[in-house]
Amino acid sequence: MTEEIIIAGFGGQGVLSMGKILAYSGVMQDQEVSWLPSYGPEMRGGTANVTVIVSDERISSPSITSFDTAIILNQQSMDKFEPTVKPGGVLLYDPNGISRPPERKDINIYKVQGARLAAEMGNTKIFNMIVLGAYLKVKPIVKLENVIQGLKKSLPERYHKLIPLNEDAITMGMKNVEVVQTV
Amino acid sequence: MGELRLMKGNEALAEAAIRAGVDGYFGYPITPQSEVVEYLTAEKPHERTGMVVLQAESEVASINMLYGGGATGKKVMTSSSSPGISLMQEGLSYIAGAEIPCVVVNVVRGGPGLGDIQPAQSDYFQAVKGGGHGDYRLIVLAPSSVQEMSDFVPLAFDLAFKYRNPAMIMSDGLIGQMMEKVELFDPMPRMTDDEIKEKYPWATNGKPVGGERRIITSLDLDPHRLEDHNHHLQEKYREVEENEVRYELFDCDDAEYIIVAYGSSARVCQKSIQLAREEGIKVGLLRPITLWPYPKKQIREFVDKGVKGFLSVEMSAGQMIEDIKLAVEGQARVEYFGRYGGVIPSPEEVVEAFKNKFQED
Repeated sequence: MTEEIIIAGFGGQGVLSMGKILAYSGVMQDQEVSWLPSYGPEMRGGTANVTVIVSDERISSPSITSFDTAIILNQQSMDKFEPTVKPGGVLLYDPNGISRPPERKDINIYKVQGARLAAEMGNTKIFNMIVLGAYLKVKPIVKLENVIQGLKKSLPERYHKLIPLNEDAITMGMKNVEVVQTV
Repeated sequence: MGELRLMKGNEALAEAAIRAGVDGYFGYPITPQSEVVEYLTAEKPHERTGMVVLQAESEVASINMLYGGGATGKKVMTSSSSPGISLMQEGLSYIAGAEIPCVVVNVVRGGPGLGDIQPAQSDYFQAVKGGGHGDYRLIVLAPSSVQEMSDFVPLAFDLAFKYRNPAMIMSDGLIGQMMEKVELFDPMPRMTDDEIKEKYPWATNGKPVGGERRIITSLDLDPHRLEDHNHHLQEKYREVEENEVRYELFDCDDAEYIIVAYGSSARVCQKSIQLAREEGIKVGLLRPITLWPYPKKQIREFVDKGVKGFLSVEMSAGQMIEDIKLAVEGQARVEYFGRYGGVIPSPEEVVEAFKNKFQED
């Protein structure tokens, strides 16, 4: 199994940490992983993206141009990454902040109201975990228990009390992912 | 098995420095290398091992702190990115001339000049052909994974002390910034002053009672003596070339063509050769791990075995291709493909370039 993922959105949405938690979950179940961020003169409100690869085999190139899954969280990223999903692949997006929904006919498309659900749960910071939950419902490449282990590893000790909240957010995402089209 | 962590290349390198028993790190922040200084500052290694971490006032100061610290037989290192490494060239030449062991890390970014902060390999000439003035060589290691960012720190120190020569770890923004799984090696203790005195009779850590005064310098105004010193350096470099070449092969057994690439480019090309083999093209990958000494003999052996052509894939404008051509001595075709200025080639475009260069054969 090799899953090549791009997660793209605004800086500050937790794009890079979502990728990191996913990568750590892979490590927890003995898989090979790579996490390659866009880095540069980026800031809150600017665009940010990260390429994550989780695989049973040694990973060749961490830098790739087409993906099994694209998780898209703003319009700029939709414009840039919708065309990079492999035919038959998955595009998951949050419709908040998307003015032009995806148009491809040859890919599986899902959406999750991440921003709205996070607001309803009273904490906008768990937005990324809701989206991660939605993704894991569509593609259960890592087990939930390993995600929790990954969270423990990647969060500093002082935030460990927030792990149950993150777990709730993942479950919320899993329950609320909507199918737009399947091929 | 050692401790398993998910780390950025830069962080793994910094942690490896502490675990390798480094005595002193002197550096100045610059993207895409800043996590090294950041990690070392946050980790407070003086509390773990007594290691000194100092943010110098400039790269020129850092490299001269290495000259001073290294001359006493201590394990010292610095890291920077391209423009900062350019500032260090005078010091590196002095250090090579004075035969002081130390480790310099270059997390290469796009150039020339201030360039940008994205990954590049365009400091190849500077790293392997000298960089500073005078006839000297750096031992240059090119990691292509986060694991190697960790593993090459103790290796670079071993080589630096074995040959009393500065060693460079030439990485780039991609390897520095990405996270991968890394197995950390068990910590090695720092050497005590007595151990250093016993092991390194050249170190300037005080005149032994009844012993000779020790002098470390790159200056000798007598041209004949300086020529002798240069003879000695050249003999040492031949010994390094004989003993320290390192490389890795992928799918080369039945290869009709070989892609040569190092560091990040080698990772991209691992995917390229998979894609090419799916189309039935018999192509392998040779990844130089030491950029100097360069795996010349190994390339030449592939020519003798009948390999038809070599493709140098670089994130630079045709630098390493010169060393491949020197190895091949006109006996096979050598072509180049690269992206530069901070652009990473895609695995697919490498395959495309390969076909354009060689498929009409």
